[in-house]
Amino acid sequence: MSAANGLTIAVPRGALFEGTVELLGTLGIDTGELRTNNRKLLFEDIGVVTMRPSDVPTYVEAGAADIGVTGKDVLLEQLGHAPGERGRDVYELLDLGFGRCTMVLASKAGPDPALESLRRLGVMRVATKYPRITARYLEQTGRQGEIVEVKGSVELAPLTGMVDAIVDLTATGTTLRENNLVVREEILVCTARLIANPVSHKLKAAQMDDLLERLRSLPAAGVG
Amino acid sequence: MIHPIPSGTRDVLPQETGEVRAITDTLRAVFDRHRFGEIYTPALEYESVLARADMAEARPAYRVFDETGAVLVLRSDMTAPIARVVATRYGDSEVPLRFCYFAHTYRGVRPQRGQLREMLQAGIELIGSPAPEGTAEALSVLCDSLEAVGLRDFRIGVGDASLFPALMESLSVPEDSREGLLEALVRRNFVALEHLLHEAGVSGEAAELLLDVPQRRGGPELLTDAPDPAVEAVTGMRRVYELLPANVAERVIFDLGLIRNIGYYTGAVFEVYDPALGAPIGGGGRYDDLLARFGRSLPAVGFALYVDSLHQALAGEERGTGALSELRSVAAAGESR
Repeated sequence: MSAANGLTIAVPRGALFEGTVELLGTLGIDTGELRTNNRKLLFEDIGVVTMRPSDVPTYVEAGAADIGVTGKDVLLEQLGHAPGERGRDVYELLDLGFGRCTMVLASKAGPDPALESLRRLGVMRVATKYPRITARYLEQTGRQGEIVEVKGSVELAPLTGMVDAIVDLTATGTTLRENNLVVREEILVCTARLIANPVSHKLKAAQMDDLLERLRSLPAAGVG
Repeated sequence: MIHPIPSGTRDVLPQETGEVRAITDTLRAVFDRHRFGEIYTPALEYESVLARADMAEARPAYRVFDETGAVLVLRSDMTAPIARVVATRYGDSEVPLRFCYFAHTYRGVRPQRGQLREMLQAGIELIGSPAPEGTAEALSVLCDSLEAVGLRDFRIGVGDASLFPALMESLSVPEDSREGLLEALVRRNFVALEHLLHEAGVSGEAAELLLDVPQRRGGPELLTDAPDPAVEAVTGMRRVYELLPANVAERVIFDLGLIRNIGYYTGAVFEVYDPALGAPIGGGGRYDDLLARFGRSLPAVGFALYVDSLHQALAGEERGTGALSELRSVAAAGESR
C-alpha cells in the first residue's frame, strides 16, 4: 500500500527519522525496507523519498514531494532575514509533537564568558549551525553578536576559546553537560511539523485531508 | 569574457523568445477576441502615486531618484498602474472598460531561489463590472487563455478575500489579534493559526470554525453547507459558479482559505495551478475599492499570468515529467488503493 493514497512524502534522515517511520507504520505503510536500507533514497512503492531534514522544505516547495516532515528549527532557520519576510513557500499543516528539542544559548560553566564579553567588549561571539535564528534572537534581545557558523560539533567552539557561547538544539542536555557547558537561556521549543506543497494542497486536497484526519486521530500527534 | 547580470534577471535568446512569443501571441488573440484593449504604461512610476494601492507584500522593491529628487519606483504589478490610467484618462468614460497587457513587473527576491526580479506578466483588467458577472467573465477569459495555449491539466482555485475577515468579525475575535491570524492564514501556517487563536483567547466552537473553514477546499458541494458567518462570501462564490460555462466550471476548485498576499483584494480571489509546477502560474481577483483610491470609484476584477511559469508548466506537461507528477506516476503504478 502506498504512503498516503499516492502522495509523495519527504522523510528526514537523522533525529526525526525514527518518529517519522513509526508514524508511517501506524498509517499502515510497510516500512520494512525503509528501516533496514539506510543507503537507498527513493522508495517508489511506498511513495517515500529520504533526505537530510534541512532539504525537506526545499523538495516540498519545488513540488518534488507533496508533503514532508521536518523540524520547526529547520523552518525557522530558512525564514528570511528581514522582518515579515516569508520563509519557504510551504504550508505548515500539523504539529506532529515528536522530536521535541529546545534551542538554547549555552556557555562554559562558571562565570558566564558571554556576559563578560558583552560587558567589556559590547559584543558576544556565538557559534551555531543556526545563524539566522541566532541573529534574530540576539537582535530581539537587544544584544550585539558576532555569529560564527560551524557545520560540525558546535560544543567544540567555546571549549577552544573561539567563541563565548553557542546556540544549539538540545533534547536531553547530555552533550552539553559532558562538555562542561550550561544552558543560559532557552530560546524556543521545536517539534516535528508536517508541511505541504501549496499546489498539491489544492490538487490533491482529498488525499491530503484524509491523511491529516488519520494523523489527528492518532494519540501521538500532540496538536498545539 | 563573462559580464554578470543581477540574479533573478535573464537574457532571453531566440529559441526561448520563439517559444514565449508563441504563448503571448495566442494569449493576445484570446484577449482580443474578448475585446480587451492592449495598453502600455511606464515601468517607472512616482512612488507617491502607486502607494495609493495597498500592495502589502507585493509592493514595489526598487526605488530611484530622478533629476529633481522625486522618488520613482519600478512597478511591481500592472493593476495599480491601470487603476491610475483609468482615473486619469477615463475619468468619465462609460463602463465596463476592458484592458489587457503584456508587461515586465519588478519584485524583490530571496537569493538563490530561482525567483524572478523581472517578471513578464500577461493579464487583463475588467473595470466597472461588478460581481458576479464581472468575476465570471474574468474566469472565463482566464480559462479560455490557458486552453488556447494548450495547457492540459490546469485547475483554478477560487476563494474570497473577505471570508476570513468576516468570520473573525462575527466570531468576535479580538481586533488586535486579527492581523496576526490573517498573516498566518496567508502563509497557511495552520500550526501558528491554532496557536494564535489560543493566545487570543478564542476557544471552543469559534476556534474550531476558524481552523476548519479555511481548510475546506473541493468542488461546488463545498458551497452548500457553509457556517453562518461565511454565508455571504460563499453565496457570492455560488452566484459566480452558476454563471460559469461548463468548461470553466469543471476547472474550478473552491478553496475557502485562499487569501492572496496582495492587500487590495476585496472579494473573489483566484490562483492557477498545474500539476507540472510546484507553484501557482497566475492569479487575480476582485479589487472593488482600489479604483476609488485613485479617484474613480468602480468595481473591478483582473488576473495576471506569469508567462515564464506558464512556459515551464507547458514544457513540463509536454515532457510528462512535471515536478508533481514524476514520482507519483511510479507510485501510482504500484498502488493497491
